[in-house]
Amino acid sequence: MKDSTIYQRPESLQDVPTHYCPGCGHGTAHRLIAEVIDELGIRERTVGIAPVGCAVLAYDYFNFDVTEAAHGRPPAVATGMKRVRPELIIFTYQGDGDLAAIGIAETIHAANRGEKITVIFVNNGIYGMTGGQMAPTTLIDQKTATSPLGRSFQNEGPPLKVCEMLAPLDGTAYIARGALNKPANILKAREYIKQAFLNQIEGRRFSLVELLSACPTYWHLTPGDSMKKITEEVIPNFPLGVIKDER
Amino acid sequence: MLFRSNNSILWLLKFRISKFNILKTEATTEPILICGNEAIGEAAIQAGCLAYFGYPITPQNELTAYMAARMPEEGRVFIQSESELAAINMVFGASALGVRAMTSSSSPGISLKQEGISYLAGCELPAVIVNISRGGPGLGNIGPAQSDYFQATRGGGHGDYRTPVLAGASVQELADVTFLAFDLADRYRTPVLILGDGILGQMMEPVKFIHPEPVDLEPKDWILGGAKGRPPRVVKSLFLGTGALDAHNRKLQERYRIIREKEVRCEAYMTDDAELIMVAYGITARLCREVVRNLRRDGHKVGLFRPITLWPFPSLKIAELCRTAKRFLSVEMSYGQMVDDVRLAVNGKLPVEFFGNGGGEILTVGEIEEYTRELISS
Repeated sequence: MKDSTIYQRPESLQDVPTHYCPGCGHGTAHRLIAEVIDELGIRERTVGIAPVGCAVLAYDYFNFDVTEAAHGRPPAVATGMKRVRPELIIFTYQGDGDLAAIGIAETIHAANRGEKITVIFVNNGIYGMTGGQMAPTTLIDQKTATSPLGRSFQNEGPPLKVCEMLAPLDGTAYIARGALNKPANILKAREYIKQAFLNQIEGRRFSLVELLSACPTYWHLTPGDSMKKITEEVIPNFPLGVIKDER
Repeated sequence: MLFRSNNSILWLLKFRISKFNILKTEATTEPILICGNEAIGEAAIQAGCLAYFGYPITPQNELTAYMAARMPEEGRVFIQSESELAAINMVFGASALGVRAMTSSSSPGISLKQEGISYLAGCELPAVIVNISRGGPGLGNIGPAQSDYFQATRGGGHGDYRTPVLAGASVQELADVTFLAFDLADRYRTPVLILGDGILGQMMEPVKFIHPEPVDLEPKDWILGGAKGRPPRVVKSLFLGTGALDAHNRKLQERYRIIREKEVRCEAYMTDDAELIMVAYGITARLCREVVRNLRRDGHKVGLFRPITLWPFPSLKIAELCRTAKRFLSVEMSYGQMVDDVRLAVNGKLPVEFFGNGGGEILTVGEIEEYTRELISS
């Protein structure tokens, strides 16, 4: 009988339910990473680094070695790992608070040193784990627990564009931004993630993929409206596409 | 003998090292003249440290520079990190893959590393952290001090943990405790601190690199490195389930109990008949030793007790000394930190006096002796 399976759980994902909220992008992001790792056949030599934030429990969901790291420090942990075991595939999985606020120094310097690591940056413009506070990537006028009147340019400054900031650094090989709001964008994001891992396999330098993602719970929107918000408000602020590709 | 760091001599020595490769990674039979910071670096290399991550801060810069030159020679990893935070987390990454890794800094930098040290302790990762301490609080100054004792011996970062703290009193002993630090770290899966000071780090003395007897270390069956033919592994300090964190902490506490039981190291000097026992560690103990000799010459029954492990503190040994001594005197380059541990060990049985300073300046034999003589005659 012909095998008609067209969709199944990747080996790199454990068969467990996640704790993520309905409409959250982490589940999709986890799956894309797991699919790519399966496809590239690197599950048995991959070590992931989970952030502090909602994805701190990523180690319960991925089916390969994963370590925790202190808030913002995954690029430093990844540096230590990659330098002592260059044959391993090391990736960090970080949110906007982790990567772009408390860990921005580690991010910039790992990128500038050209560490041969892969960074998956999930940008939902909010601190989900701690209850919906303002992130460095929160949009102007967006209301959060710590910007109740909306983020203002005068007071908080504009949202930080991480990809555009890192792309000019000579240490970076690949910088791309995708969105997890609709199938076409998700498939595109999968390509970016695959390229970012392929770069590491082929010995290229720092690769980062930003994934625009929703937090319906703290955006105070339904999952459907959250996807619409990504299209109408988030993407115009954070343009999609490959921003740098050194190949 | 030239004890103060003399740059031209230091650089000559460095030149000789790199030019003729005098220091190979086997034990040297002839002593070489080297400063404390470099002795720690060379001992770490000989102890199998495969990765060093550091950030500049005085007075430990010779160590970072030494590793910058020597680690690549050995085909090992050296990175000057962007901050102390990054350095300790690079150590975390290397250690999670099972590699012996080290970082070093001085007081303000060690404060920054505390987050990482807490995570290392929580995640049960071995690591060696060197604090060549200087005066504080804040920026303080770059002179030698012992005012990081509390921070070093009480865990330092957040959470209910301790780290072994090793304090040498000579350049030779700094090298010796470096070997020990890596073994203890691996044996107990814990970060280990080496606590020196600006004088010990910079002064030069002859050193032999004496490899300790090989110890039986458990194979590292917890390291990350690719889930090939085995279930995936996780390194973490997060325990959310009811009772899970308590169980984890009980496991750590049991390990600390074993460390307290087995790993205390100290030295007693002329304490057998001593009525007054000075307690001092590190460079201060060297000064006190001289004070003891001077006072003994005048017939005073004075001795010196020197903790080498500041944690675990040799409390039982001090309690034993209470049977023969009449009082204790803790001497520190601080305004009284270790004296708390001495008092806890003495437990009210005898008076415990204190003498110290806090300016990031080394005490002198003269001022310690003067205070001690007054104490004896009082």
